[in-house]
Amino acid sequence: MNTIFYIAASVALVSSVMTITNRNAIHALLYLIISLLSVSVVFYILGAPLIAALEVIVYAGAIMVLFIFVVMMLNIGMEEESEKNLLTPKMWILPSVLALILLGIFVNISGVFRHEKTSTGVIDPKQVGVSLFTTYLIAVEIAAVLLLAGIVGAYHLGKQKKKAVHRFLVAPPADGGKPVTKV
Amino acid sequence: MVGNRLQKFKYLVNEALKPGSVVTVSMEIQLLFAALLFLTGLTGFLVRRNIIFMLISIEIMLNSAALVFVIAGSHWMQADGQVMFIFILTVSAAEVSVGLALILRMYHQYKTLDADALKKLLDRKETENP
Repeated sequence: MNTIFYIAASVALVSSVMTITNRNAIHALLYLIISLLSVSVVFYILGAPLIAALEVIVYAGAIMVLFIFVVMMLNIGMEEESEKNLLTPKMWILPSVLALILLGIFVNISGVFRHEKTSTGVIDPKQVGVSLFTTYLIAVEIAAVLLLAGIVGAYHLGKQKKKAVHRFLVAPPADGGKPVTKV
Repeated sequence: MVGNRLQKFKYLVNEALKPGSVVTVSMEIQLLFAALLFLTGLTGFLVRRNIIFMLISIEIMLNSAALVFVIAGSHWMQADGQVMFIFILTVSAAEVSVGLALILRMYHQYKTLDADALKKLLDRKETENP
């Protein structure tokens, strides 16, 4: 079981690194899907089967499809002008050093957990559901409001504004019919 | 030789799919995995200038933060960690939908996905060589 944890964790890390270093947006998204699937394996063997299923269905299924739709709509090429020097060390060295400093701090303080016992069982979906709809009921309702706000916001931002063109400014078609208003 | 390896693989898979068996790696290692995932996302967010990749990095970071909740929940055998994962999932879905709508607006207005193109709020005069 521990072997599977290490395999899944290393697959997740490698594919995350590939995600952030890739130039092609679609390839990066496919690597991100691999990363999410292996994190889902980790969830399963941590004893959280409901969360593993939700990770596959919602993250890898719904959210990534949204991303891929947008990437396809925008028809993104291989690289942007400002990312030509993406793989040069100059771009990477400062953020990597900052991240490594944070990692060092974490490793330094993580000795706190060393003598704790490890997990021993599965938490089944029933427990999660009971907790969700009794203790956290108000939070569920707030999440519903948040999702409503998300829908309204995405609809409003994604709406195409109609361009109003004066009818005298529209060139009449060659056959002398009614002028076609551009939308 | 090959059959031996196949047997070993079958044993591993059976072990993994056995109901009720969970990982016994120490919590320190599990949290280290979550931290590495988070720092990968952070580095990507700081390095990339393409705004879609910045959003993807935020997704990686949110996912690893949720992973910490599930690890803690499984450590103390409480369902609260998984409940919190569901809330993080909700927040992330709302964030992605609004964020992608904003990216579409930006692309229609500026014809680029470069985050550095959005500099209308810049105070100083534009120079040739920043």
